[in-house]
Amino acid sequence: MQITDDVVLSVRELSKQFGEGCSYCLDENGELQKNMCPKCHTVYATKDVTFDLYKGEILGVVGESGSGKSTLMKMLYFDEDKTTGQYVLPKDPKNEHNVFEVSSQRKRQIRNEQLGMVYQNPMLGLKMDFSSVTNIAEKLIASGNRNVKEMTDRADHFLEKVNIPLRRKYEAPKNFSGGMQQRVQIAKALSNYPPILLLDEVTTGLDLSVQADVLELIKEIQRDMGVSMIVVSHDLAIIRMLCDRTMVMLDGKVIEHGITDQILEDPQHEYTQQLVYSIL
Amino acid sequence: MSQNFAFLDEHSKKEIRRQTLKAIAIPGYQVPFASRELPIARGWGTGGLQLTLSLVGQEDIVKVIDQGSDESVNAVNIRNLIQSTTGVEDTIHTSEATIIQSRHRIPEVPLKPFQILVLQVPTPEPLRSVEPSERKTKILHGDKEYSGAYIKLFEQIMRHGHITDDADYPVLVNGRYVMAPSPIPRFDNPKMNHNDGLILLGAGREKKIHAVPPYTDVASLAFEDYPFEVEDFSDKVCRESGLSGVYMDELVDEETGETYYMTNDTSYMLEKMNEEEDLHANHR
Repeated sequence: MQITDDVVLSVRELSKQFGEGCSYCLDENGELQKNMCPKCHTVYATKDVTFDLYKGEILGVVGESGSGKSTLMKMLYFDEDKTTGQYVLPKDPKNEHNVFEVSSQRKRQIRNEQLGMVYQNPMLGLKMDFSSVTNIAEKLIASGNRNVKEMTDRADHFLEKVNIPLRRKYEAPKNFSGGMQQRVQIAKALSNYPPILLLDEVTTGLDLSVQADVLELIKEIQRDMGVSMIVVSHDLAIIRMLCDRTMVMLDGKVIEHGITDQILEDPQHEYTQQLVYSIL
Repeated sequence: MSQNFAFLDEHSKKEIRRQTLKAIAIPGYQVPFASRELPIARGWGTGGLQLTLSLVGQEDIVKVIDQGSDESVNAVNIRNLIQSTTGVEDTIHTSEATIIQSRHRIPEVPLKPFQILVLQVPTPEPLRSVEPSERKTKILHGDKEYSGAYIKLFEQIMRHGHITDDADYPVLVNGRYVMAPSPIPRFDNPKMNHNDGLILLGAGREKKIHAVPPYTDVASLAFEDYPFEVEDFSDKVCRESGLSGVYMDELVDEETGETYYMTNDTSYMLEKMNEEEDLHANHR
């Protein structure tokens, strides 16, 4: 268990709604139907999500489909806009009051220099027709590198790290298996040595032995590079293996959070209990 | 039936000129305009033609070239259309023209301050091959996010060991917008930098106008260890004229099977050959 006082990412009361809201659901006592208002059909994808991420830790986010996990990740990576909320990256040299409010140019800079993202679907994170080296170099080019030699060296380094044979580096990811595509995505996300890595269901859909490879790689990256990570999964076994701390989400809200072992051994919320006891 | 001067009605010409002024004010930025129907199909130079028609006045002298030639069908037809709807004078001599409409070449003779070069553009968006959505490319231009243009070149280096874009090689204009210079050869890219004349680019099918005003910085995209290079013709000599150091076409002699080279800018070649002849005549 690593806990330091170094917060690298901090989120306060982050909400995302689809729809205007009405007098019924904007009232604090208004009961929602799951995450939707029964009167005006506004969907609250995430509601008042608050958490901190510490240096070098892996934070797990679990919850069923539609609980707001992926929306949360997309907002953290600026793929989607928030409705309300505050997002701070204290270790960034500029350390703005709320990075949701900065210019889109600056958001791109933060994405390229502070964050790495691995999507569940490699199509979202990779250019499938471009070679693997180019995919990795894209993040470096975006942050201003204009030296081909330097970028190919960096790409080789990370392809080796994620166990992709270098003889296949000029091949396009569309020729690769799902596990290899996922590893190229991880290499790309790491290429700029970002302090924070966002992993959205990275092992979903992979077979068990490949899953194990990817998980081991993630653990190794945490250990060797001290990268902080947020891992979204609906698989509790993966959360148990990877994460120091865990948040449980339901209908867009964080219903329980704490040390992973504690949550799995002694779940407090009714939903978490159901989730833990349903492990086969 | 009477035809308006320069085919288009006055309001259309005014609208096109207004968008052209905006394009000149924001070098390299693609200004949308309402592309008009013309007697030739879109994709055959209608962008350039609309620019020329909106600008041409009774005093103008027009030259039209297609791939360096004044005589190709496309060039002749466009010139005839301009001529028959305006009655203005035309020329093949680059230095005499006030408006030069061109497809895929910047002439060998440097532009003068009063001259306007109009280029016909098929695909004005330099990021199109990496980002199909217009909405997204507009955002990318707004954010000055041009990694898409660079990864295209990077991928060519990875696959072939060098950059393979020979025409329509992307340029950064005035340090701000990355622009597709229309399919002119790389050879012509440096001519745009701090050029004396005005360069206008029109895409009729894509409904965009962009511009490079005189004396503007135009830099071809490149990497530190893979600098921009133009095609090298230094060891080639034109079979017709003996010229070298110009952009040449590689041709095959059908009788002997031999490869030979010929100056691409035909009016420049003719001028040079005539000068040569005059020189000889004076000596005699």
